[in-house]
Amino acid sequence: MVGVIDMEASSLRIREVSKSFPAPDDPLTRRLTLSNISLSLAAGELVSLIGPSGCGKSTLLRLIAGLDSPDSGELLVGSEPITSPNAERGLVFQDPNLFPWLTVRRNIQAGLVARGVLREKRDEVDQFMRLVGLEVFANAYPHHLSGGMAQRAALARALINHPKVLLLDEPLGALDAFTRMRMQDEVLRLWQAHRTTMLLVTHDIDEAIYMSDRIMIMSPRPGKIEQTISVGLDRPRQRTSEDFLRLRGDILELLHLAGESSVENKN
Amino acid sequence: MRPEKHNSRPEISPPESTTQLPSAPTHANVDAIERMERGSELGWRAQLAVPLAALVALAIHLLFSKRAPAVETHSYTLLFYEIVGVSIVLSIAQRFWMPLRSWMRHMCPILTAAILLLGLWDIVTFGFQLLPMPYFPGPAAVLRSLINDRVLLLDSTWHSLALLLSGYTVGVLVGLISGICIGWSTPIRYWGMPLLKVVGPIPATAWIPLAMVVSPSAVVSAAGLIALAVWFPVTMLTASGISNTRASYLDVARTLGAGRAYLVFRVAIPAAIPNIFIGLFMGLGASFLTLVVAESVGVKSGLGWYVSWAQGWAEYGKVYAALIIMAAFFSTLMTLLFKLRDHVLVWQKGVIKW
Repeated sequence: MVGVIDMEASSLRIREVSKSFPAPDDPLTRRLTLSNISLSLAAGELVSLIGPSGCGKSTLLRLIAGLDSPDSGELLVGSEPITSPNAERGLVFQDPNLFPWLTVRRNIQAGLVARGVLREKRDEVDQFMRLVGLEVFANAYPHHLSGGMAQRAALARALINHPKVLLLDEPLGALDAFTRMRMQDEVLRLWQAHRTTMLLVTHDIDEAIYMSDRIMIMSPRPGKIEQTISVGLDRPRQRTSEDFLRLRGDILELLHLAGESSVENKN
Repeated sequence: MRPEKHNSRPEISPPESTTQLPSAPTHANVDAIERMERGSELGWRAQLAVPLAALVALAIHLLFSKRAPAVETHSYTLLFYEIVGVSIVLSIAQRFWMPLRSWMRHMCPILTAAILLLGLWDIVTFGFQLLPMPYFPGPAAVLRSLINDRVLLLDSTWHSLALLLSGYTVGVLVGLISGICIGWSTPIRYWGMPLLKVVGPIPATAWIPLAMVVSPSAVVSAAGLIALAVWFPVTMLTASGISNTRASYLDVARTLGAGRAYLVFRVAIPAAIPNIFIGLFMGLGASFLTLVVAESVGVKSGLGWYVSWAQGWAEYGKVYAALIIMAAFFSTLMTLLFKLRDHVLVWQKGVIKW
């Protein structure tokens, strides 16, 4: 089902990336949103970014997607620098952003149409609809879908291009707790099936521990990576295991410290 | 529950007024009510209302018509006999055909009111002659004009339709192209928007003196003016629809590997379609206005010409006959545009209420 992925080619490396935006209250000054970010993801790794709002997580994801360009620094997928958006790097937002004028099937195949390869890969559309369990809704319009179904369609739409890197910007943030936990398993299943390199932005510490190989904690103003934690737990993980809860406690403590240290830096 | 209870339900046909933005009641509600009603029988009041109203209007007319020669009122009285006859036939047919029953239930109050209004008009004009003649003829005289002059009226309608459609089509095509360009491209917006803002709001009819000088024939200049009148709202609404495309749709499409053609034709334009339709409606309204003005000042055919010609001869029966044709003609075009919109925007059903 999955094409052979060159493992080296789908690693992600970010070196000393900074990004600033004009300050909203004073357009003449620029505010540093990301300061000297460096990180790297091995091919097939699932890494979470957590941190308070405004720490530049989404900005970082937009840079990796190629939707914005950094002020300085370097972003590479494999050995290729990132210059513009590309089907190699899929992006899923909190809002599924399905095109409301297309049926579910046409939404999922949008990437194939955009790249002009629909004819060769038509059977993959059915595969992916089965993969996310939406065959029945093939001809429904997005507003008929529940939040979880819409997000599954958005995931299928991003994965149908077989991206080397999948960027997830709080993809489950708008879902209720039960749906969210089911969707976490769903995303893990897709990840294990495709071995896509995934970078997941989330607010939810449990989600980060449950899903990722590593967790990066960011702090705001300017956004930087405060700490990286390896989650050494075996998969499938138990949300109630002792190790899980201990790690959760550690991260909560770290986040608290991260908050204090950023205040110190400011002063 | 008694079916008559629903007689107060609002009329669902689209608004004919051209200045109004399109709006319609929630389809879901109407569907639900109709499903509920489908089983029940049509009450005797609903069956009798229309023929009774026709008989009342007929009685009013016959009461006053002793003064008028029979030939003038013949077709008008015949109309009411026909209404009564058709009502009886429909009353029988609806017992066997469900859709007809719900249609009758829906149309009964408004038809009754319309027929009674005819009667009232008859009393005020033909009956007591409360309004000055010859400006306010009675319904019988108008109907007679309509029937006697049907060939010329039909011909005028045909000419109006041809002129309107040619102008509207050109205006829409040019408006879509300019709107898409202005909405999508920043440099084109920089140069195009000021022009649009300055030239666009001038009513197309204000160009008539210039159009008459420039153009070889009145018909061509009228078509050009209609196109101009349509062009402005279509361009404006298309441009705003395109430039207000949700940025995240474009971002998603880019990360799916979309090139510029996909972004314009498969993301921005579909996203702008609801706006574009508002422009099409406004343009249609503007085109009616421009058509009638152009026909009454330059073009020597069409309904606008017919109205001013009949007015010149003080044949006001013909004026009203032409107005009736215009109402039917324009509202039919509006309805067709509504149907097209419902077809194209089927994905919006349940998302947005018009």
